[in-house]
Amino acid sequence: MTEYVSRDDFSQWMCGECGLELVMKRVEVQYMGSGYPVELPTCSKCGQVFIPEVLAMTKMAEIEKLLEDK
Amino acid sequence: MNQTDLRELEDRCIQECSPWCVASCPIHVDVRAMCSAISKGDFDTALATVTKTVPFPRIVSRICDRPCESSCKRTESGDSIEIRALEKAALSFGSSKKTKMRPLAAKGFRVAVVGAGLSSLTAAFDLLKKGYEVVILEGRDQLGGKVREFLGHGLVEEDIDGDFAVLQDSRLDIRFNQKFGVNFSTNDLTDEYSAIYLGMGDLAVEDPKLRNFITDLKIDPLTLSTQTERLFVGGGLVRPNQAYSPITSILDGRRAAISIDRFLEGVSLTASRINEGPYQTRLFTNTDSLGSSFRTPSGEHHEGYSSIEAIDEASRCLQCECLECVKVCEFLSTFGAYPRKYVRRIYNNLSIVMGQRHGNKLTNSCSLCGLCEEVCPGDLNMGQVCRSARQIMNRQGKMPPSAHEFAIRDMDFCCSEECSFARHQPSMNSSAYMFFPGCRLGGSSPKNVELTYKYLTERLNGGVGIMLSCCGAPADWAGKEDRFAENIASLNSHWVEMGRPILITACSSCHSILKKAMPKKKLLSLWEIMDSCGLPPVRDNLSGLTVCVHDPCASRNEPQTQRAVRNILLKLGVRIEELPLHGRFTECCGYGGLMCFANKDLSSRVIKNRIEISDNAYLAYCAVCKDHFLSQGKKTYHLLDMVFSGNEDGEAFNRPVNFSLIRERRRFLKISMLRSFWNEKMSIATDYDMIKLHISTEVKDLMTDRMILEDDLKIVINQTQKTGRRLLNKSNGHFLAHHTPAKVTYWVEYSPHEDGFVIHNAYSHRMQVVEEATL
Ligand code: SF4
Ligand code: SF4
Ligand code: SF4
Ligand SMILES: [Zn+2]
Repeated sequence: MTEYVSRDDFSQWMCGECGLELVMKRVEVQYMGSGYPVELPTCSKCGQVFIPEVLAMTKMAEIEKLLEDK
Repeated sequence: MNQTDLRELEDRCIQECSPWCVASCPIHVDVRAMCSAISKGDFDTALATVTKTVPFPRIVSRICDRPCESSCKRTESGDSIEIRALEKAALSFGSSKKTKMRPLAAKGFRVAVVGAGLSSLTAAFDLLKKGYEVVILEGRDQLGGKVREFLGHGLVEEDIDGDFAVLQDSRLDIRFNQKFGVNFSTNDLTDEYSAIYLGMGDLAVEDPKLRNFITDLKIDPLTLSTQTERLFVGGGLVRPNQAYSPITSILDGRRAAISIDRFLEGVSLTASRINEGPYQTRLFTNTDSLGSSFRTPSGEHHEGYSSIEAIDEASRCLQCECLECVKVCEFLSTFGAYPRKYVRRIYNNLSIVMGQRHGNKLTNSCSLCGLCEEVCPGDLNMGQVCRSARQIMNRQGKMPPSAHEFAIRDMDFCCSEECSFARHQPSMNSSAYMFFPGCRLGGSSPKNVELTYKYLTERLNGGVGIMLSCCGAPADWAGKEDRFAENIASLNSHWVEMGRPILITACSSCHSILKKAMPKKKLLSLWEIMDSCGLPPVRDNLSGLTVCVHDPCASRNEPQTQRAVRNILLKLGVRIEELPLHGRFTECCGYGGLMCFANKDLSSRVIKNRIEISDNAYLAYCAVCKDHFLSQGKKTYHLLDMVFSGNEDGEAFNRPVNFSLIRERRRFLKISMLRSFWNEKMSIATDYDMIKLHISTEVKDLMTDRMILEDDLKIVINQTQKTGRRLLNKSNGHFLAHHTPAKVTYWVEYSPHEDGFVIHNAYSHRMQVVEEATL
């Protein structure tokens, strides 16, 4: 689940709280009792992540559907 | 739902029952498939269909006594299909790659077949195929028996030779000039053979002793077995005084071969042999609008139809089937099959322990409207099937959360302090009646709720209370039994507190839910009251207007409500044109059963189909129906629009369905009613309510599509205002904040603007991200 976010997707965004650039970091996503590691742009200080619209509306929605029908 | 329930449900759907032609054909030639193939000019397939069942097709297609034709459904309006002539055409114009019979592995038994007529030869043919050795003992010196009497009467020698050629097989021994009682005895047969079939015609037996033996045989019509073990009897012997029926003789031979095979395999002779031979089919085929049509004459050909004529004739076949429900239900047609298949799919889906459940969408897409039951000859109600399947899914913990969560949240909101309340009529402390407008009428038009309440208090004596809440239909439709029961209990306790008043409903769904869940209560529909108490003075002249009444699906079994609505329209001077499906047969607007949440595309198609039926404006008396039709631009009145505003209510015709707006209106309704009727001031409780949003139409549409409420965005922004947690876009200065108030995470891209915030984008997901500070 590494290639879901490209540099272009998040280069415009920075952490509004800490004022830091986002960096790719391994975080855990969970749904319906299953967890997956995934690389997401993250503030290296406060841990705030960025999930781009296209990731939420396509790939994540797909996986949600799959897990819901399990 | 257990196996027995499943069987019972499957059995109600008669779609897979045979058409009349097939059921009445003693050997069940698939006539419908043959006609279908011929109508497409595919004679090869037609031939294969015939030869799959018929052992001697040249003979049968010429001399069959065709019981199929007299029972053909086509005879209800015109002539039967010329089935035998089409079989003949299949033989003439089709070609077959199959040249020889392919018997199964040798079974090691030898069977005697006495006689060489159609029944004996069919028995021999079937037994050879099953792997038996067969000895034919025939009194005369040629094959065919009675068939030969047809020579010169439609039958030629080549037909006989051609058909019997398939019998050339090394496991078959044909012995001519073997007269029963002369050349061999019963004992000879029982000594030498594992089983015996007596299929000679009655005339073939001259010896009186043998005649007596045969007359004394007790023949079981189902299996053709006799009291003598190993001895089976059929053909002319069984029906001494009846006209010769070639196809019945073939059936006898076939029946006997099945029995002999079972006998020699040592399995039950009688098990599951229903529908062997001709029977009454349970199929239903609608012939209401069937025009008459007459048999295609065969032109020059003495030899029967030309291929063109055959195609014409076969095209007259109705391809009999039921599908009554599928024809009227977009849901049923969308999933590509019919209820008999669906109940099995739904059952299987519920039985999956591990792995993907592919039937969830099917189960959740039905609108539970019950139209299928109305049109089904077996009274199968797929709505009930889907509803109980949803309950099971919930109990199993297998209901996909996203299917109905939005709707249930909406219901919770309606029942919350923010928009629900109950009061006696102002300055009274008891209620003979209680108005229950339901959650959607207020969401669609708060004004109509207030006007109706005022109307009721003016017309009815004894006090009219009001209760704003939701009847719980969404929970019921979603199969959430606990949530539904909880809601009913709460409604009930309010009703008791109010002194058990008569309930007045304005929504058919509320009406049917309350009727079912609170059976002892007295219920009246608003429309019945308006019909009997008289209408308020009408401001605008509606006469001359023509509308089509769309009865909500929940009114299906409320003829008095439907009648009251029409009476009101007549009093208003409105002309009614009935839709083809109305009253008891009305369709759902695409909201019932929460279809629009579980399968939005399907719901849109349902709306589209319904509104395209007539160019007239529609008249709805359920707020959801109205909003659904309006969402695709159909001019639709709510009956209250007409009663209170005449026809000039422009606002009635172009409001898009928007969940945030509906929510706003409900909230407003409570505040406004408390203030204007009871002079009470309600304070707004939520801390995010003061946040002001500026949202463009495009973003609003996007939010509707994504089922994101303005309230959701306010909650996110309120949260981020407190924590400061958000992302910043370096090039345009937009903020992006996310928050998970309950199960869904909402993302809002926004920028501060004057007294509030401009919303640029909003999206959501259900997966949870575990965010941790690393430092
Ligand atoms: S109406 Fe539908 S459910 Fe009923 S028998 Fe026909 S196909 Fe089956
Ligand atoms: S119309 Fe066609 S399918 Fe129906 S009974 Fe006649 S031949 Fe059979
Ligand atoms: S939507 Fe209505 S007609 Fe269609 S299957 Fe469901 S209950 Fe039956
Ligand atoms: Zn940070």
